[in-house]
Amino acid sequence: MADAAPLIEVRDLTKVYGEGPAAVEALRGVSLSVNSGEFVAIMGPSGSGKSTFMHLLGCLDRPTSGSYRLAGQEVSILSRDQLAMVRGRQIGFVFQSFNLLSRTSALENVELPMLYAGIGREERDRRARSILEQVGLGSRLQHRPNELSGGQQQRVAIARSLANGAPLLMADEPTGNLDSASSEEIMTLFRHLNRDNGITVVVVTHATDIAAWSDRIVTFRDGLIIDDRAAQDVLAAPVHEFTDHGHLREEVSS
Amino acid sequence: MSLAVLLRTAWNALRRNVSRSLLTMLGIIIGVCAVIASMAIGAGAQAAVMKQIESLGANLIVITPGSITSGGVQLGSGSRTTLKLDDVTAISQNVLEVSGAAPLSQTNSQVIAGGANWSTSIAGTTPPWLSVQNWTMAQGGFFTDEDVRRVAKVAVLGSTVASNLFPAGGAIGSTVIIKSVPFRVLGVLASKGQTGFGRDQDDQVVVPITTHQERLTGQSWVNAIMISASSPDTVAGVIDATERLLRLVHHLTPIQGDDFTIRNIANVQQVRMATASTQALLLAAVAIVSLIVGGIGIMNIMLVSVTERTREIGLRMAVGGRGRDILLQFLIEALTMASAGGLIGVGLGIGISFLVSMLGNWPTVISGFSIFLGFVSAAFTGVVFGYYPARRAAALDPIDALRYE
Repeated sequence: MADAAPLIEVRDLTKVYGEGPAAVEALRGVSLSVNSGEFVAIMGPSGSGKSTFMHLLGCLDRPTSGSYRLAGQEVSILSRDQLAMVRGRQIGFVFQSFNLLSRTSALENVELPMLYAGIGREERDRRARSILEQVGLGSRLQHRPNELSGGQQQRVAIARSLANGAPLLMADEPTGNLDSASSEEIMTLFRHLNRDNGITVVVVTHATDIAAWSDRIVTFRDGLIIDDRAAQDVLAAPVHEFTDHGHLREEVSS
Repeated sequence: MSLAVLLRTAWNALRRNVSRSLLTMLGIIIGVCAVIASMAIGAGAQAAVMKQIESLGANLIVITPGSITSGGVQLGSGSRTTLKLDDVTAISQNVLEVSGAAPLSQTNSQVIAGGANWSTSIAGTTPPWLSVQNWTMAQGGFFTDEDVRRVAKVAVLGSTVASNLFPAGGAIGSTVIIKSVPFRVLGVLASKGQTGFGRDQDDQVVVPITTHQERLTGQSWVNAIMISASSPDTVAGVIDATERLLRLVHHLTPIQGDDFTIRNIANVQQVRMATASTQALLLAAVAIVSLIVGGIGIMNIMLVSVTERTREIGLRMAVGGRGRDILLQFLIEALTMASAGGLIGVGLGIGISFLVSMLGNWPTVISGFSIFLGFVSAAFTGVVFGYYPARRAAALDPIDALRYE
């Protein structure tokens, strides 16, 4: 994977909200490369720019300046509709609050991205069943979100993110609403998808124990990347400056 | 997204809130209902008028005495006694392109036959009346010019009168008594049925005009003269010629107005048609207002729905939904709601039209076109008023939408 072009290649990315004296610089020139098959955790306190960065990586928003190449394609210049197409085909999202359609079966929730990708009825059904079995919900196909536990709901959401065979999975605090047992379940699933299916995973979290599941931890502060090392190195020698101020401290000590 | 998926999504969204959806549809339902009912009533009146013109004869011209003005008070048409039997003769002899001319006087009386009696209208006329008014005989024959000349005490019964006085049949040759005068029954008219407006044309007895004048009413004038022009094209010419002839016969000077009124039967019916179309227009106005109000209702609920489902919209965008996918989804939802309302409205409109024709004794005709129009205007309303909320949904920012609480 080192010889191929990186899956994510970001150069001097900035994002400014508002104009004139009220303008807020959320990102102040960020550069990052993520190769295909990596498992990256993005950390940082609130207001550090990690959420903004996540939105840009997820093609939900466009940068003010800088370049973002996703799988070799420059996406920073794409239109709204083109970005939607990129999201549909290249990126799977997992959210803290699951964001499943209520009163809709697990199967139909997983089929949703395929509807927008224009995949036929039988193929949708076949794929959704197979993916739900893969995440261990083969017996819950017709269950609605309110009939599933938090962990199961998040697994439906992960199945949905895999529906279109996206090479990149972005998870925003995926365990924020889950107990520790379910959290471990979900992180194990990410680990498995990354190792065995070669899916690139980017997890945004403020919890060190969640970040510990990754291979590489990128730390944001004040709109800049202040640390980017292998996970085991970061865990052995945390970013002190950061833990001194941020609310991460509790997480670390716990 | 395929249309089937869009429709199913819309249907599920509406089913989630049945009572709200139904209340929202109410304006559309009333609007479509009014469209169907107004067109049914209008078309029914038109059909009734057409039927009446047909049964009376399209070429029929009616002359009535002019109204008199007595001390500035108009006494109404028919109050004058200017039309005489001689006028009928003059018209049939002098006006070209007249295929028939008959006097008509009417009075109401009880008719007695054996133990049965019946109150009805007694018409006095001459034999041309039969062809002028498009009548045919069911049994027996009509009286002749000879009967008129001899002031014969003979009568022809309408079918309603015949069936009431002679339920067992055998009317021909029997005697009926009208105002103490015995009449021999010559024949029974073939039934014409009701007019479009419910008057029974078969409820009358016809006697020679001379007998009518001398034996029953004692009046020397006639109530009306019916003329049949030879073809629809000659109606105007006949009216013109008749007017000049009657002025001459009545010795009117140029400064005097006509002492009679000539009307084409089509003119008479136009007045009734105008009344019916006014009513239909009123209902059409109700329909348009209801559709607009219904449309605003749909817009309102769709805006609420877009707000309620902001996170869903954000998610749909995140998993690859483009602006136009979202637009289409909400537009189809509004369209589905309006169309469902339209269907209910069509059903209700048909029901109301039936009720109007049954209880209100007003003819109604439900056309396929009115159903089509009602449904299409509902769907159109849905699209027009659903567009703005759908546009708002499609314009949402995915990040804001996903974060919306």
